[in-house]
Amino acid sequence: MFDLTGKKALVTGATGGIGGAIARALHAAGAQVALSGTRQEALDALSAQLPGSVALACNLSDPAETDGLIGRAEEALGGLDILVANAGITKDGLLLRMKDEDFERVLDVNLGSYFRLARAASKGMMKRRLGRIIAITSVVGVTGNPGQANYAASKAGMIGFTKSIAQELASRGITANCIAPGFIVSPMTDALNEAQKEAITKSIPAARLGQPDDIAAAVVYLASDQASYVTGQTLHVNGGMAMI
Amino acid sequence: MSDVFDRVKKIVIEHLDADAEKVVENASFIDDLGADSLDTVELVMAFEEEFGVEIPDDAAEKIQTVGDAVKFISANAG
Repeated sequence: MFDLTGKKALVTGATGGIGGAIARALHAAGAQVALSGTRQEALDALSAQLPGSVALACNLSDPAETDGLIGRAEEALGGLDILVANAGITKDGLLLRMKDEDFERVLDVNLGSYFRLARAASKGMMKRRLGRIIAITSVVGVTGNPGQANYAASKAGMIGFTKSIAQELASRGITANCIAPGFIVSPMTDALNEAQKEAITKSIPAARLGQPDDIAAAVVYLASDQASYVTGQTLHVNGGMAMI
Repeated sequence: MSDVFDRVKKIVIEHLDADAEKVVENASFIDDLGADSLDTVELVMAFEEEFGVEIPDDAAEKIQTVGDAVKFISANAG
């Protein structure tokens, strides 16, 4: 339905469940994809399944490496039209027990790397008068979640950041939007026991966890030419568990 | 007119879609040539690329006219 033929996309956190689904969906829609992550072997394995893709290992907690990633992607793909800032980490803990480094590291990897990637990517996008910046945030960035003050702060920060750059870049044909997943089937939710899963499912009107493909479909839409008038928004994909 | 002026003028005309006769030495990018704040950032980036010169933020803020740009580039380009 949405055709991304000829578009060039970078997906960070591509070896994760959601990141992998996003990369596959962009590729299936015709985009040429650069895959970024920290695990070279997993990147190579994914890249082998997606003809024309390139694997770019990068440690997003390193500012210099992060600054350089966009240039590497532009060089490998011959430009960059779509940035999907998907990589993120958690260091959960209750406020009273949260260490400085747990707070700072989550803010730095989730929000800091998004800032650096968006800054570098917007340069080329401004010149070409075309771009799609898509950040994968989280429902907890809007609702909050006990034990995740650092993570929720980073995700809320991504939303405010996106709204600001959306206003700065709109006149140059660049849109910036967030997608906020709810509970999505992943290694993280696999670790929950049956009682926990049941409690979560009860809080979701759709009565099930989401699939990575549910998020990927939203990315493909926001990346498409048809979404050129949508900017500064947060698209919640959560089965109705929070309606904002 | 200097070579630097001509090259600056060409970039300004292309980027701002400005009338050639309006791109004079004392023309202000914002007041006379219709640039917005983002245009001025883009112009500085274009000058950096064209002349292989780095324009630091504090210097970039002071470049408000075509002449300001020519003066900075003439003084700093290798």
